[in-house]
Amino acid sequence: MSANIVLIIVITSLATYISRFLGAFTSEIIDENTKIYRWFNYLAYSTLAALISRMIIFPAGALSDSNYLSRFIVVLLAIIIFKLTRNNLVYPTLFSAIIMFLLSSFTI
Amino acid sequence: MINSKYFFKGILCAKEFDSPAIALGLSFLAIGALLKNLGFTIQESIFSTFLTYALPGSLVMAESILIGVSLLNLFFAVWLVNARLYPMTVSLMPLLKHKSQPRWKYYLSCHFVAVSSWLILKNNYKEIEKKYRVDFWIGIGTATWLIAIFSTILGYYSADFLNREMLIGLAIINPIYFTCTMIGVMKSIQLNVSIILGAILGPLFYFISPDWCVLIGGFLAGTVAFVIGEKNVS
Repeated sequence: MSANIVLIIVITSLATYISRFLGAFTSEIIDENTKIYRWFNYLAYSTLAALISRMIIFPAGALSDSNYLSRFIVVLLAIIIFKLTRNNLVYPTLFSAIIMFLLSSFTI
Repeated sequence: MINSKYFFKGILCAKEFDSPAIALGLSFLAIGALLKNLGFTIQESIFSTFLTYALPGSLVMAESILIGVSLLNLFFAVWLVNARLYPMTVSLMPLLKHKSQPRWKYYLSCHFVAVSSWLILKNNYKEIEKKYRVDFWIGIGTATWLIAIFSTILGYYSADFLNREMLIGLAIINPIYFTCTMIGVMKSIQLNVSIILGAILGPLFYFISPDWCVLIGGFLAGTVAFVIGEKNVS
């Protein structure tokens, strides 16, 4: 293993674990029936929603090679499939990959 | 130590038909292929998922390697993109706390906090006696973590067979899965506000600060949802 890559992995994992560790530490003094717990619960959902929409609108990695319109169509179709299949999560997930693959093959 | 009955119950939760494990596995397949294309060895790829186990953080790491940023910049970029794990852990651990359980279980198992495992626990914790929830959680975390590692290996070895379009198809799975999950949990005005506002404010703040947009947008949206919720209660 290259020492440089190992160092990069260790730095990445430390930067990731620190949030998890601080969360575990903070939760020692928080009870699930308190106002602060409810606040953190909404923060968890809202930061997650912010991250997901950021991943779709300003993507990183392979997804950044696709265009806005393709991603918008796939998200819209996935939500329609999700609702048509009565909130089943597997069908929209798998269909989105297939639709994205097809759109990327024909539009880029 | 760990109650095996609840541990295996947690493990088995990951194999449900609509479990987030499917999206997780396919997403880490793409990560495995990406790491190979970046020049990682198979050991380094496994080591990366083993220690990090967070998809957006791994993507930031990959981008940073491509751009060639300093280690300090890498640390802050990954910390910022993974800072969502802090409120997620705070909103999860109190559900698992029991005075008979040792603290090390909480500090060790917080490594398993990721969107997929978090969602599985949030959907199932009420069925589990509070004393054994942490063992149940360790089971969920171990299952999703192993799926991520196994998928990284699979992605690494299948990289040569995956073209650019296939990788784009795999990359959309994770955001789509979580978009649908978020829509599925929107059952109260507070959750509706936190999710819709978070999804709007996150990208909006990107124009001001790409690094801080998720945190600022999430903080504002979550706080507004909390205030609305408290007003409704009172």
